Amino acid sequence: MLNNILIAIGITLMYSSPLVFSAIGGVISERSGVTNIGIEGMMSIGAFTGAAVGYYTGNPWFGLMCAGLAGGLLALLHAVASITFRADQTVSGIAINLIGPGVALFLSRLYFDGTTMTKPVTNKLPKIFDLMGINNDALNSINVDITVIIAFLLVLLTWFVMYKTKWGLRIRALGEHPAAVDTLGVSVYRSRYACVIISGILSGIGGASVTLAIISQFTTTAISGQGFIALAAVIFGKWRPWGAYLACLLFGFAQALVVLLGGGAVSVPSDILAMLPYVLTILVLIIFVGRLSAPKASGKPYEKGAR
Amino acid sequence: MTRMLKILKKPVTCMLIAIFCGFVVSALILFATGYNPTQSLAIMFNAVFSRPKFITNVIIKSTPIILTGLSVAFAFRTGLFNIGAEGQYIAATIASTVVGISLDLHPILQIPIVILSGVLVGALWGAFIGFLKAKFGIHEVITSIMLNWTTLYLNNYVANSARFHKPESDGTYPINDSGLTMILYNWKFSEEGRSFLKNNQTLNDILLKTDLNIGFIVAIIAAIIVWVLLYKTSKGYELRTVGLNPHAAKYAGISVNRSIVFSMLIAGALSGLAGALYVTGSSSHNIHVLSMFENNGFNGLAVALIASSSPIGCIFAGLMFSGLIYAGQSLQFKTGAPSEIVNIMIGTIVFFVALTQIIPVIADKFTRRRSEHVK
Repeated sequence: MLNNILIAIGITLMYSSPLVFSAIGGVISERSGVTNIGIEGMMSIGAFTGAAVGYYTGNPWFGLMCAGLAGGLLALLHAVASITFRADQTVSGIAINLIGPGVALFLSRLYFDGTTMTKPVTNKLPKIFDLMGINNDALNSINVDITVIIAFLLVLLTWFVMYKTKWGLRIRALGEHPAAVDTLGVSVYRSRYACVIISGILSGIGGASVTLAIISQFTTTAISGQGFIALAAVIFGKWRPWGAYLACLLFGFAQALVVLLGGGAVSVPSDILAMLPYVLTILVLIIFVGRLSAPKASGKPYEKGAR
Repeated sequence: MTRMLKILKKPVTCMLIAIFCGFVVSALILFATGYNPTQSLAIMFNAVFSRPKFITNVIIKSTPIILTGLSVAFAFRTGLFNIGAEGQYIAATIASTVVGISLDLHPILQIPIVILSGVLVGALWGAFIGFLKAKFGIHEVITSIMLNWTTLYLNNYVANSARFHKPESDGTYPINDSGLTMILYNWKFSEEGRSFLKNNQTLNDILLKTDLNIGFIVAIIAAIIVWVLLYKTSKGYELRTVGLNPHAAKYAGISVNRSIVFSMLIAGALSGLAGALYVTGSSSHNIHVLSMFENNGFNGLAVALIASSSPIGCIFAGLMFSGLIYAGQSLQFKTGAPSEIVNIMIGTIVFFVALTQIIPVIADKFTRRRSEHVK
């Protein structure tokens, strides 16, 4: 029993951590007033870059950094379209979702002998107990990746910045009433650019935390829909850091249930069991969450001087 | 000058500029990675237009994405984001397959029943999303994403089930022949048909080498119906009003909640039609286990956006999309350039569609400034 609980915790944390990075990115971008549907694309490019750089340099941390950079670059495109060109943010986000995986697979074929998967990295990101030098078989199932801890610290930091500092106040105001921020002499455009790029960096890292920690290579299915799940977590978590974190955990927990129940404990076909996380999310939304309201100015381009 | 500004303000102009930019960017990428861009474009052009068979295949492959594109475009016009087209499409393929295997009536009954069962299930899938939004205020994007995955696993469950699974395959049995919608299907394989087609190379290529089916014609009719519904009926006016300004619509006495459910019902039905026509029209006329989405619904998003949500535009955008995918495979086969260049190209086109939306705004400013000048 205890062992099962530990396994459940381990899987929950493992599955949710890539989602947490991307969802927090989504929260930051949306709170600043820019909808980010392109998370999936940014995760894909991050997943590839992380794995490719990790393979060629042998340094997973450097891979993680480059993944953030790649996600940030893609986010820059989204920012140019949605902030400078005042384009429809949904359209631009979907473009990012097409370009991200496209570029990832294109580069993969160029650098990995025409295949759509990278070679496995030799060094993965470390696990927490290995890092601390603890070697205990009983705790093996919660020997989670370091990214789990980083993800948690990221949520803490984002919450602190967003609610306890003046920058956070500005970010939140940007999403509700950008003109008010403008009158304070803060550049709406520049601040939004920063938020969108941070969002891309985090999504890229989220993608790489799949290919550098959970599995050790990039494949066509490495990122399949996790960006969209992260997007759902942003909305589910009511555009708040802790809310999004809990939404990701819930999702990870449902995945853990799938694994545990799939072990033959109950006689449910595995395909039906696999629906659990998704059905559970809908049920939780119906029962607990109720009406959600996005930041008021989210998705609306800002035009200086417009009334 | 004024005339040029007027042309620039047209949506079609923006679309063409976006497509042109997409081609230029892709050519630059090919050039930068050591492939000859002009030669590549020529290969891609030939891959689509050099044989009647290729053109026919492009048309066949465009049918599902034209319809899911219509589904997304319709929802867009009514203020909803139907990212659930993928799930609605899969749900319809499941329904049509199950009904198509279980029933075996005369084609005159069988074909409509098989197609309608898919349309109905797609519509229910869509309406469910609309209902949850109207009743509980749950964002349609979340429900859609969750429902997409649920449907994917439902598909795998049915494909693996003892009742429908075909032994030693990864899918179900094909639907009964009475439900197939290929054009001249019985005739073209008959003695008489074969001998006739032998003498006509073009028709032989089109009919015998492909799964030419009624889907494309249905898709065009659907596009016209959607256009009429949106722009020529009072219901369409109501729906668009809700899309543009739900508060104003409510104030005018339109039931916003009912509109949401109705819009999603229609959007779901269109995606469902895409799935149903695919099962009846294209081999292997069954469903199989999916390890990831086949993107028929997600590609519909791109089609709708390239068409800037115009129902008729979806036909052309769908054809272009399908042509590019087809050409991409040929490009990879002949030059070794990754076929994903096509995904980058389509993504870039959508990106420029987003960027070029500013052209009418700038053109407008110019016109205003000029008229002020005249005063």
